[in-house]
Amino acid sequence: MSVLLIAEHNNKELRPFTYNAVSAASKIDEDLHILVLGNKSEAVAKSASEIPNVKKVIHVDNEIYENFIAENYTSAIIKHADAYSHIVCSANTFGKNLMPRIAALLDTSQVSDIIKVISADTFLRPIYAGNAFATVKSNDKKKCVTIRPTSFEPAPATGGSAEIVKSDAGEAFKNSKFVKREEIKSDRPELGTARIVISGGRGMQNSENFKLISAIADKLNAAIGASRAAVDAGYITNDHQVGQTGKVVVPDLYIAVGISGAIQHLAGMKESKIIVAINKDGEAPIFSVADYGLEADLFEALPEFLEELNKLNTIQK
Amino acid sequence: MKILVAVKRVIDYNVQVRVKEDGTGVVTDNVKMSTNPPDDNAVEEAVKIKESGKAKEIVAITIGEEKAQETVRKALAVGADRGIHVKVDGVVEPLAVSKILQKIVDKEKPDLVFMGKQAIDDDCNQTGQMLAALLSWPQATFASKINVKESSLEVTREVDEGLETIEVNIPAIVTCDLRLNEPRYASLPNIMKAKKKPLEQINASDLGVDTKARIEQIKVEEPPKRKAGIKVANVSELVQKLKNEAKVI
Repeated sequence: MSVLLIAEHNNKELRPFTYNAVSAASKIDEDLHILVLGNKSEAVAKSASEIPNVKKVIHVDNEIYENFIAENYTSAIIKHADAYSHIVCSANTFGKNLMPRIAALLDTSQVSDIIKVISADTFLRPIYAGNAFATVKSNDKKKCVTIRPTSFEPAPATGGSAEIVKSDAGEAFKNSKFVKREEIKSDRPELGTARIVISGGRGMQNSENFKLISAIADKLNAAIGASRAAVDAGYITNDHQVGQTGKVVVPDLYIAVGISGAIQHLAGMKESKIIVAINKDGEAPIFSVADYGLEADLFEALPEFLEELNKLNTIQK
Repeated sequence: MKILVAVKRVIDYNVQVRVKEDGTGVVTDNVKMSTNPPDDNAVEEAVKIKESGKAKEIVAITIGEEKAQETVRKALAVGADRGIHVKVDGVVEPLAVSKILQKIVDKEKPDLVFMGKQAIDDDCNQTGQMLAALLSWPQATFASKINVKESSLEVTREVDEGLETIEVNIPAIVTCDLRLNEPRYASLPNIMKAKKKPLEQINASDLGVDTKARIEQIKVEEPPKRKAGIKVANVSELVQKLKNEAKVI
């Protein structure tokens, strides 16, 4: 048995969730290999080889992998699939887009978004937006699995020295073309990995009012999240969305402001260690998952919250 | 141009899902069912493309038990021209669904296949990508904007880092995000008219697709409950609790 993990990266470095996926993958089997498909991506292959849990890195460098198009990735992955019992990657938009394409060609019924490895063929995964947990056993010979990264600790990044093996590119897919990527750059911590997240909902009323949130985020070195309602209303961009169809976050502290707590939002944040809810509607469902609930008008509470935080001089970064 | 739109019947998104006591699944008896929400977006987008004159025919398809055809009727009521119901009982995994859809695509020869990016029951997010692989077609997943060109689509995709735009040649598969559009409601006259639109029924077994489950569901359980929290009286109490009790700031 061997596990092949498909690395997510930006041609310069591994994306953080690849390290979480390594932790999960090495729980399936210790013979863990990483496949890096990229363009001018030597540094990525090198980083992958330094992860202690990794036994081998397969590096395929070709311009067709510059933009991580799933159709191009697939042919290269299929070429290597024979040697492995499991093919795995993160269950973020990268892995969700890619893995089913591989599974279908291998005639394997994919196990999506696992949160626990029970054994090499049995996994725990949330269904119904996390309202139920299913224990599932894959009876396919070859298993394709995507991993919810926030459910596993990141693997150490250094200390290993796995062999790097170069391999040839697969066939290029002619009918898909990358056009552009609009990444939203921010000095704040990444939403998926931040220690503290403060999110705003429809109660924020407009995008201007999100300044109240960002002032506190600055103070706490927090990432900014949002409910789907806030994104749909145009208050904030989609990359901030927390929930069933957005990002799943598990910070030490999650502060929900003006968020009622729809099922689909709770699915993305209810595993957070400490949850704070600030809402003027005392009946809002968000209070049922909150460790600390404050029934208050957010437009009064947020400035006061910032003031109180300023009084403390021991904010942990 | 012809568009095939796949819709799935699921427990309504407003229903609080309950786990069965025997651990075999979730309660579905006497529970409100409806079309998987992003599938409504897929139907809406197809209808908009037809209204713009760029598509001639929309075929709505569902796969499932007898009652699943309600979802096709709903699609017909908002503008699909005809429907297909592939009958099969029990759980059908995305791999089998995509094999059934492949058979239908071979027969119907659509230029585009639309569906929601994910079903809100099993949360698998697989079918569109699997169908694209089986057909060797390009895939545009998590679409939040679609621009129909002469022989291609320009699709804006919602990805973790923000937005990505790709161009895919037709024929292609598109999986739709909730922000793609605002699905319309069916008017009563259109619901009546939809009852007269053709709806073909096919048995999955007649298509020669093996729908047997490959994944064994060992048990379904309630997620661990959070312990009840407290209400704080004011902001200063909140900050004190966070600092001294939870020790997170």
